Amino acid sequence: MNALMTQVRRLTLFETLLLAGLLLLAAFLALPIVFIVNHAFKPYNEMFQFPPTFLVREPTLSNFYDLFLRSSASIVPFSRYLFNSLIVSAATLAAVIVSSSMAAYVLSKYRFSLKKAVMAMIMLSLMFAPETVAIPRYLIISWLNINNTYFGHVLPFIASPVAVFLMKQFVDQIPNELVEAAKVEGASEVRIFLRIVMPLAMPALATIAIITFQSVWSDGQSSTLFMQDETMKTLPYYIMTLTSGVNAVAGQGMAAAAGLLMFLPNLVIFLFAQKRIMETMVHSGVK
Amino acid sequence: MKDMTIVRPGANPAPLPKPAPDRKPRLRRVPVPDVKGVLATLWKERLAYLFLAPFLISFVAFILVPVALALLMSFTSYDAFNVPRFVGFDNFIALITQDTIFMKYALPNTLKFAFFVGPLGYALSFFIAWLIYQLPKAIRDVVTLAVYAPSMAGGVALTVVWQAAFSGDYVGYINHFMLKYGMISKPVLWLQDPKYLLIIMIVVTIWMSFGVGFLSLLAGLDTVNKELYEAGKIDGISSRLQEVYYITIPSMKPQMLFSAVMAIVGTLKAGAISVQLTGMPITPSYSGHLILNHIDDYAFIRFELGYASTVSIVLLAMSYFALKLSYRLFGQKEGE
Repeated sequence: MNALMTQVRRLTLFETLLLAGLLLLAAFLALPIVFIVNHAFKPYNEMFQFPPTFLVREPTLSNFYDLFLRSSASIVPFSRYLFNSLIVSAATLAAVIVSSSMAAYVLSKYRFSLKKAVMAMIMLSLMFAPETVAIPRYLIISWLNINNTYFGHVLPFIASPVAVFLMKQFVDQIPNELVEAAKVEGASEVRIFLRIVMPLAMPALATIAIITFQSVWSDGQSSTLFMQDETMKTLPYYIMTLTSGVNAVAGQGMAAAAGLLMFLPNLVIFLFAQKRIMETMVHSGVK
Repeated sequence: MKDMTIVRPGANPAPLPKPAPDRKPRLRRVPVPDVKGVLATLWKERLAYLFLAPFLISFVAFILVPVALALLMSFTSYDAFNVPRFVGFDNFIALITQDTIFMKYALPNTLKFAFFVGPLGYALSFFIAWLIYQLPKAIRDVVTLAVYAPSMAGGVALTVVWQAAFSGDYVGYINHFMLKYGMISKPVLWLQDPKYLLIIMIVVTIWMSFGVGFLSLLAGLDTVNKELYEAGKIDGISSRLQEVYYITIPSMKPQMLFSAVMAIVGTLKAGAISVQLTGMPITPSYSGHLILNHIDDYAFIRFELGYASTVSIVLLAMSYFALKLSYRLFGQKEGE
């Protein structure tokens, strides 16, 4: 009876209109994505054609060709930026996953003296945007002598309060009895963490992996700020050079192709993990 | 500690029932740091700290110390070459009384930008999430993806899209569209005209703001107990609006709060959008100049690091108040 009621409610004219409107809105919001996919495959003449075309007519790979091959003649080839981006993203992902899940585990399942203080700091710094204190961060990176190294790219990302928070919220759901029981059975702490808690927290792991990947893969700030050596900079920085100043027109094709390259990995990973992300987000609330 | 007795060699306590009354309390009050006790607790909790260490060290080095350092530097005059010189509140006074660009452009622009991108973008985010939740489960994921995708691509990847869309010549997409339908009579230099830049920045940022916070809201909607809606109907809730206000929002306050925090971060981070759109560190006649751009201007163009830190501290304080406000609105009171 209830199910029937909701079915009937769904069919009212008002709601049908609402749904149609929402679908239109979603399509509208996705326009930039449609555009960048099309733009990346446009030949040069189509890009600046009048009247401008939204969809590509004669798709070509020439932009990608330019991006990969022509720029290889320049001082720092495209492949170097791509390589840096891949290394930095992979290392950051591994580091954030390990450090955040370890921190989240003890914050959730252990009692220790500084727990309250640490939690309070994490809650406060959820709103932290590294952009606001770029100068001190730059100074610290120079003092640690890790500018122009991959450490300079990776280490600042380990301080990810959002990842620790999401992970902790999820681990909170794992019953304490399970941990206690394992302890009684004589399992070591490391074993409990690796064999019991981690497998159960897979959805949260997937989520923080995606959030981290998105931020590190598209982060141009550490390249601009911490890397003075051109060969240590990453892909987003390269795209910024393509879209600013004198390059804005000439580099548009390459920038579109590179932009698509920036977006695709995010999309693929998100598609694979959408369910798990939503599972984690259920526990994302701040209580 | 209480049971500890101090045994002095040679002292004869037996026949003397009254202890030296003037010495004992003083001895107790001497703050002897209980090094052994602290160490023992630390050792007992070593595993917790060991697990916490990688995150905590990075957290201290790249969040805590930078903020503390910014606070310290805000009281100095520092140009990155000479030793910082302590100047007291001079920077703050200069910010309020002399920095006309801050007062005339950076602050009002930021407030306007933050208002539209923050609360308004947040409301829109909730509204869209709520609409999506009304959809049948099968197509929910597709629509979610469409809305979430721009935030996933991020500012850098989409720069080329916005630049092409708002290009100032006939080939620009917006120009072409509006010319075709007679809304304008000649091409508009969207990104160079101070009249439009801030609005475009706001629109573009909202467009890309349906990120983690949005997903959290969407998941939060799913946690609301369905029976509450039925109960609400019996209690006389007649419209969907009332349903949202009296049932949905109170039931998903935790997610509302998390999403609000994410909205604050998003707004803070979005300062780079003006640079990405115009390709210039300083926007035409400061039309898109946000506080974040003001910091970058003083830090990386003028090298007045002390003063730039002062501006950072003001920005951090502003976002802290936004955070407090969010907790006020969506934080749960005791017993809820």
